[in-house]
Amino acid sequence: MGAATTTVPRAQAHHPDPNENYLKAERGIMSWIYTLDHKRIGVMYLVSVLLAFLIGGIFALAVRLELFSRGKTIMDADAYNRTFTLHGVVMVFLFIIPSVPAALGNFILPIQLGAKDVAFPRLNLMSYYIYVFGACFALYSMVNGAVDTGWTFYTPYSMRTTSAVIPMVLGAFIMGFSSILTGVNFIATVHKLRAPGQTWTKLPLFIWGLYATSIIQVLATPVLAITLLLLCLERFLGLGIFDPKLGGDPVLFQHFFWFYSHPAVYIMIVPGMAVVNEIIATFSRRAIVGYMFVAMSSLALALLGFLVWGHHLFVSGMSEYATMVFSALTFLVAIPSGVKVFNWVATLYKGSIRLESPMLYALSFIFLFTIGGLTGLFLGVLAIDVHLHDTYFVVAHFHYVMVGGTVMGFVGGLHYWWPKITGKLFNEGVAKVAWALVFIGFNVTFIAQFIMGSRGMPRRYYDYLPEYEIFHKVSTIGSWILGLGFLTMAVMFVASLIKGQKSTRNPWGSAALEWQTPTPPPLANFIKVPTITRGPYDYHLATEEELSEK
Amino acid sequence: MSTAASHAEPARPHGDSHHAGEPGHDEEHHGPAWLAHHFDTPAQQFDAAKLGMWAFLAQELLFFSGVFVAYGIFRSWYPEAFSGASHQLDRVMGASNTIVLLFSSWTAAMSVRSSQLGKKAQTSGYLIVTIACAFIFLVVKYFEYQHKFHAGLLPGKFFGHPVDGGLFGAIPAGHGHVPHLPAKAHIFFSLYFVMTGIHAIHVIVGIGVMFWILKRNASGEFSKEFFTPVDLVALYWHLVDLIWIYLFPLLYLID
Repeated sequence: MGAATTTVPRAQAHHPDPNENYLKAERGIMSWIYTLDHKRIGVMYLVSVLLAFLIGGIFALAVRLELFSRGKTIMDADAYNRTFTLHGVVMVFLFIIPSVPAALGNFILPIQLGAKDVAFPRLNLMSYYIYVFGACFALYSMVNGAVDTGWTFYTPYSMRTTSAVIPMVLGAFIMGFSSILTGVNFIATVHKLRAPGQTWTKLPLFIWGLYATSIIQVLATPVLAITLLLLCLERFLGLGIFDPKLGGDPVLFQHFFWFYSHPAVYIMIVPGMAVVNEIIATFSRRAIVGYMFVAMSSLALALLGFLVWGHHLFVSGMSEYATMVFSALTFLVAIPSGVKVFNWVATLYKGSIRLESPMLYALSFIFLFTIGGLTGLFLGVLAIDVHLHDTYFVVAHFHYVMVGGTVMGFVGGLHYWWPKITGKLFNEGVAKVAWALVFIGFNVTFIAQFIMGSRGMPRRYYDYLPEYEIFHKVSTIGSWILGLGFLTMAVMFVASLIKGQKSTRNPWGSAALEWQTPTPPPLANFIKVPTITRGPYDYHLATEEELSEK
Repeated sequence: MSTAASHAEPARPHGDSHHAGEPGHDEEHHGPAWLAHHFDTPAQQFDAAKLGMWAFLAQELLFFSGVFVAYGIFRSWYPEAFSGASHQLDRVMGASNTIVLLFSSWTAAMSVRSSQLGKKAQTSGYLIVTIACAFIFLVVKYFEYQHKFHAGLLPGKFFGHPVDGGLFGAIPAGHGHVPHLPAKAHIFFSLYFVMTGIHAIHVIVGIGVMFWILKRNASGEFSKEFFTPVDLVALYWHLVDLIWIYLFPLLYLID
């Protein structure tokens, strides 16, 4: 990196040294609360989503514990309904959706573009506070009796129940705006703030993934917003739009809901895939095979995401022809997903592979996402879906996609960029132990659910027949291993913050741009505006200096 | 992706204020005060702002799309109710509001034009007229709503107008001379109030933002070189107008 500058810049005249690292450049709690720096906003998001993950995880463990044995174990049926709903709402709206884009994306995206910040820093801070505001509504609902509808808020039950639907739904509505504003910000940033020389074909694949995600966030989230608003008004005014008693159509709610929530699945998975691209390239020390195919497959997933919502309604009352069209369209999703998986495998082939902790998570992603994707095909087939609909098979399938996919991607990214974000190294040995616990625990938990689901165990049920007991027991024990894995990881990260060794600039020896700036990055991201002369994965063009740790 | 620390600084793609060999990233800003530190050129800042606004407006359209879809579905299910109910709306008031909004869209566009020409007073004038039109729109809307409230044409379960059989069965007292509406007319009024209500909220937000822009214009923040906020608020106002252009025929005119 170049030498430090000598003159005080105009725009920074009243600010601290932009070449000082972003954690030290400004001090005091107020410098965080009012910060416009995308890196600090990313860190605040990170802390918030990890907190949400902890809360959602505790609810998950409670649900599994209740199901450990038949009958009442630790809570009654009503509390059970509220607990699994909270698990779903917290995990989806507070954790998974903002995890990679808003937390890791905010930190890494501008650095990978060689930009000093996102296009609209104030909007960025605002979207964080909107997220917190929405989370407060959700929290208010939790302490005020919570919701027992399931995270999908299906009508007409959500109009009738006496639980705290309105604050929860308003919370999701508000958090939606945070998601939209982040999307708008990223789109403008990717279009207008790329460093000199960074053409679209030299963009890191992480950026391509976030760009595709942003498009979905901007175009799908408002539909959820109006749907949730209509649901609130239905409860207040009895509009008659969703309420069959007043002439409305409860299935219309499902159409509206899934028109957002199916694309939202791609808001969750595409960023996870995007992280995996970075990790695979770095730890295979090789360019991603078929760069443009992988980039375009993100956009294809974004586009197809809008066309397949109907497969959630196969048994809700839909014309035969509509179901056939939605079934066929659903199969199309396999193409871009397959493109990604095959290209990762091709990249690994003859790569110089190092099995460090981020790479273990990336490989887990490929393995688990493949299972999640293939079991999705079962559910896309009309006849089989009728049998498997609303069974534990579905639960296992979407956990393989969301946890096996998104969470592995997020956690892998967290390990990968941890040194860049905090400037500290973590204990690699403990990280691998945590990974093994997570990987084993996750599979034990959800393979049991695939089996009992295919044998007819319905989801969301409080109690079950004796023949399912063994699967529930295995699944619950798996959840303890999984929980222990995440606990180990949390201890490891906290230990890293307290007494972790100082990280060098490029501890993984990556050729990507974010590793070419000091660790942790300076306030202005780069001491000198970078000029892009090669692609992010062109190891054969990278200089020794770029790949060295120093 | 070489960081090229040792190379001369090449031109940035968006026009350029760099000079070859200039050292620091943060020294390129000899630009005006309104140029944010993370942009290199005014053009880059303007383009980013405009793109962001268009993305936001696309989001707004999709937000309204939900109620448009609901309207389409219920219109096809209950054509008589929708036809009968739409006759209860005051076309004269609706049409006057349409004209008011179209005119205000023009004045909003003119405020951008005058801002581009650096005519500060004229910009303020056009903005004030636009704000005035927005208020006129709301006043007319108030009278329309008031009339509906009196006639019991309320949304959903509060609907108190007599209907032929159907959901609400008995005819409320005191409305004997009022013509009955077909059953399910309450859904039309649910949609009417939701659609026009959300639109009215957008009008109110627009008024707030325009006052803010007016204040900034009065304090001389804008110039021939920097008029982005005026441009963006006008874009927003055109969207508000556009949505009304759809709402008016859907709710008032179609039989």
